[in-house]
Amino acid sequence: MSDLSAFRQPVVQAARPELRAVAGISQNKLRIKELSFYYDRTRALKDLTFDIPERRITAIIGPSGCGKSTLLRVFNRMYDLVPRARAQGSVLFEGEDIVTTRRLLELRQRIGMVFQRPSPFPMSIRDNVAFAPRLLGWGSARVKEAVARSLQAAALWDEVKDRLGDSATSLSGGQLQRLSIARCLAVNPEVILMDEPCSALDPIATLKIEDLMVELARDYTIVIVTHNMQQAARVSDNTAFMLMNQAERCGELIEFAPTHELFNQPRDRRTEDYITGRFG
Amino acid sequence: MPARNVWRRATSSLARGAVYGLTAVALIPLGLVLWHTVVNGLPAATHVDFFVNVERPVGIPGAGVAHAIVGSAIMVGIASAVAVPLGVVSGVNLVEFGGGLARAVRLAADVLVGAPSIAIGLFAYVLFVAPFHHFSGMAGALALAILMLPVVIRTTEGAVALIPAGLRESGLALGLPRWRVALQLVLPAAAPGVITGALLAMARAAGETAPLLFTGFGNRFWTVDPTQPMSALPLIVFHDALTPYPSLQQQAWGAALVLVAAMLVINLASRWVVRRQQRFAGQL
Repeated sequence: MSDLSAFRQPVVQAARPELRAVAGISQNKLRIKELSFYYDRTRALKDLTFDIPERRITAIIGPSGCGKSTLLRVFNRMYDLVPRARAQGSVLFEGEDIVTTRRLLELRQRIGMVFQRPSPFPMSIRDNVAFAPRLLGWGSARVKEAVARSLQAAALWDEVKDRLGDSATSLSGGQLQRLSIARCLAVNPEVILMDEPCSALDPIATLKIEDLMVELARDYTIVIVTHNMQQAARVSDNTAFMLMNQAERCGELIEFAPTHELFNQPRDRRTEDYITGRFG
Repeated sequence: MPARNVWRRATSSLARGAVYGLTAVALIPLGLVLWHTVVNGLPAATHVDFFVNVERPVGIPGAGVAHAIVGSAIMVGIASAVAVPLGVVSGVNLVEFGGGLARAVRLAADVLVGAPSIAIGLFAYVLFVAPFHHFSGMAGALALAILMLPVVIRTTEGAVALIPAGLRESGLALGLPRWRVALQLVLPAAAPGVITGALLAMARAAGETAPLLFTGFGNRFWTVDPTQPMSALPLIVFHDALTPYPSLQQQAWGAALVLVAAMLVINLASRWVVRRQQRFAGQL
């Protein structure tokens, strides 16, 4: 890739220019401040500080092992499942510090997550979406409304509306991932975390999910971890580039900027090396 | 080249012959047991009397084992009602929450699985019979429950551990509490394995004699009252087979046949449950 302009060309005409025009209006939804993370005594993240704006798509990119997924799992405290894992610093979410909050269940409802591999619940399509609302004690009318609304918002409704009672495992990979998104939307989150949501999908299913993300960003704040730089360039408004600090063996934030800036005029030499494929 | 092919074919058929032959040898004892049980048990078990009447003194026709069938059903039923919920919850706990207590439970379950059933009977005698100065169906049921418990715990643990972590994470990421995810998401996903384990534990309990010898004790009369001594099919086999009277020995064979048939039904039921669940859940 010696000719950089060939690579940069599609980046400039990235998605959603209409939103870029009003980029200044967005509030910060998550404010990450001097965040460090430890698995037992091993440091995995070091002193991350940046803000994730509301109703925008923020991409986190970087090579394997740089701590992208770890960072994402701090935002909804999924790391609590790992024994002896702990975070230091703060992540402010609507004024509340995620790192120290005790209202874990509420936090996870408000900050939903879509995983790399969809895990359909062993039940019908309808019950997959209705599962959490029912356990939260919503009435049947409200649950029904949530199922329809979520499946529509996840662009799955037209494909499944006539077979809501079928087993979820009858869906294709791309449909399953949209079902995961619908499931997450059902509990009315504000932020949606996506951990490599397209890595197991074919290009057509990937495009569908990307369109959906852009659509969802009207109402939700989306944070996506991806290996795929073109994907980050296509869908995201802002991009965080992370890298493993070789001396300390822990992930660092190298650069955080509006996506078109980061891809076109990277400020850091390491960012440029990575996005142009010269990264060793 | 052809010579080598001949050699290969010969080796292959030799190996295949050995495999089939050894399989047949392994099946011989099973076949003999079934054959003898059916041939000797059918004469007794083809009478309606056998299923509706209770024991009668030697020489008086029309004897049956209805009281033992009902006794077995009641004792196994109570035992399952105690052991299955307790065992399933413990098994889920072992996987989902772990910790030091879980390690202790796992060790205890492993020791208990290997414990001789007569020892469990003795234990139940000390705990549930001696204090009341009275044999009872309830004591028999509790002895069987102790026997079933470790089996249910370990099979549940095995089934739940096979559920991919992604399912658990997906549930937790929706803001659901851990115990609800464990019991209402992970456990149903593991249901086929859990149900199979419970049914096999029931089958094992239904066939046990030793724990019932000095707990349920046996009873020649009809009773459905678990505070009274109660008969069971294995006890009938045990008592009647030791008598010198051909008529009673036949009763023993008949009872054995009913037991074997019940095992078959339970096994088929567990297979049916697994297949039905899998059709709906698909591959996780």
